[in-house]
Amino acid sequence: MTELFAVWWLMPLFAGMLLAISAGPLGSFVVWRKMAFFGDTLAHGALLGITFGVLADLNPTFAIILGSVSLALVLLPLQYASRLSADTLLGIVSHGTLAIGLVALSLADGVRVDLMGYLFGDLLAINEEHVLWLLASTALTLLLISVFWNALLAVTVSPELAKIEGRRVAMLDLMLIILLAFTVALAMKVVGILLISALLIIPPAAAHSLSRSPQQMAIVASLIGVISVALGMWASFYWDTPAGPSIVVAAMGLFGLSLLVQRKN
Amino acid sequence: MLKLSDGRMSNTLLLKANNLSLSFRQKKVLDDISLEIHTGKIITFIGPNGCGKSTLTKVLLGLQKTHAGKITRKRNLRVGYMPQKLQLDERLPLTVRGFLRLTHGCNHNEIDGWLERLNIKPLTNSSVHNLSGGEWQRVLLARALLVKPELLVLDEPVQGVDVQGQLELYQLIPQLRDELGCAVVMVSHDLHLVMAATDEVICLNGHVCCSGHPDTVSADPAYLELFGRKLNSPIAHYTHHHDHEHCSADHAHGDHQHD
Repeated sequence: MTELFAVWWLMPLFAGMLLAISAGPLGSFVVWRKMAFFGDTLAHGALLGITFGVLADLNPTFAIILGSVSLALVLLPLQYASRLSADTLLGIVSHGTLAIGLVALSLADGVRVDLMGYLFGDLLAINEEHVLWLLASTALTLLLISVFWNALLAVTVSPELAKIEGRRVAMLDLMLIILLAFTVALAMKVVGILLISALLIIPPAAAHSLSRSPQQMAIVASLIGVISVALGMWASFYWDTPAGPSIVVAAMGLFGLSLLVQRKN
Repeated sequence: MLKLSDGRMSNTLLLKANNLSLSFRQKKVLDDISLEIHTGKIITFIGPNGCGKSTLTKVLLGLQKTHAGKITRKRNLRVGYMPQKLQLDERLPLTVRGFLRLTHGCNHNEIDGWLERLNIKPLTNSSVHNLSGGEWQRVLLARALLVKPELLVLDEPVQGVDVQGQLELYQLIPQLRDELGCAVVMVSHDLHLVMAATDEVICLNGHVCCSGHPDTVSADPAYLELFGRKLNSPIAHYTHHHDHEHCSADHAHGDHQHD
């Protein structure tokens, strides 16, 4: 695969774009279902995954995914718990796992982990293995979301109506959460734990004013994400700024532009 | 075990509920409720706010579990449900047609027919966020009809609809019942509005206060006790009777048009 990426910056660019492509439709669902905080929590859980991965000597990417997916499964019932204050509970779990992860990492003897890399991303240091993970996860995400598009959208619009009409609401919710957990886990290397939600939310928000249907919004969000990655990486080379935050700044810029377009219409 | 026959006989038993009870935080919301729903019949649940109408509907739909009692449904019963309220996220760009296409198992070719029938054809490509209350209610009704229901459940179908629209909708419901050969369960807070359109009224206040033909119910002492006697205007809203011993009202499930 190395020959494919003869120019050294092609691999990170490719990785960032893959992530942006799956973040488009997934992020749209996150926006529609008001799950932004949920994505943050999954990212924080992924950090805890790294700690356990280091202690148990697991493959780090696998450990991150494991951490994020298991947290997703634990938090799944929260979606239905309307009487509990889900917001507060998510906040506790989210920041709790982040803190526990940081504390555990510092306690783990003789372990050197690039904490800044996980918090803010380290796109330029991305390796082939990570790209392969991203490729697999993006393919799976696009496949499942397009096959179950109508069902996922129906459950998003009204779980009650979907259930009465005979859709398998719990199964669909689970699928979306697991795909989200995968993407969040793999996004860590690209934009970092602290900025993952930005990559999920800003492109769909920018796409919203340009779209007339949910399908359009998901696709335009992917495109805006891809452009943000390209712009952000370019800026990062040109001004020597960190890649992850530069990508988010680029996405913010595009969001601003989308607001101008909206005003015109 | 209840034997439920298939087919479209005029008196098929679609759903039978036995001794349903449900409490939220020690407050009895449903108290020993039993009822039967037969094809071709229009049943209206009526009662003051917070006294179990919407909850009972959710229980019958299978959206809410009970603590006691049993519900038997006809096998593969197709239910169309028009919720009292459905709020969509503003960031979801959806047209009326796009919304109706989400109906599980619906034939997309039937969408236009129902839009025409319900007089909302011009709204086909409008955003669902730009509709008036009455228009949105009709769209929700169209979605319920698209499943070809054997049982049509309408929770406060005229909410947010002007008086003219209310009369039209209540004329439409018996027509739809005849066309589809289905049963209809309606939730209403005003008996006078639904009187002409209903075969049976079940007056709820946690328990079944009284039930039967609308004329019988409107003369029933239990009904008058519950709603007071100020019911002479044809579209008068009932007076909420706070003294009634059962109506310490759990207002937590969405009934909120207090008068």
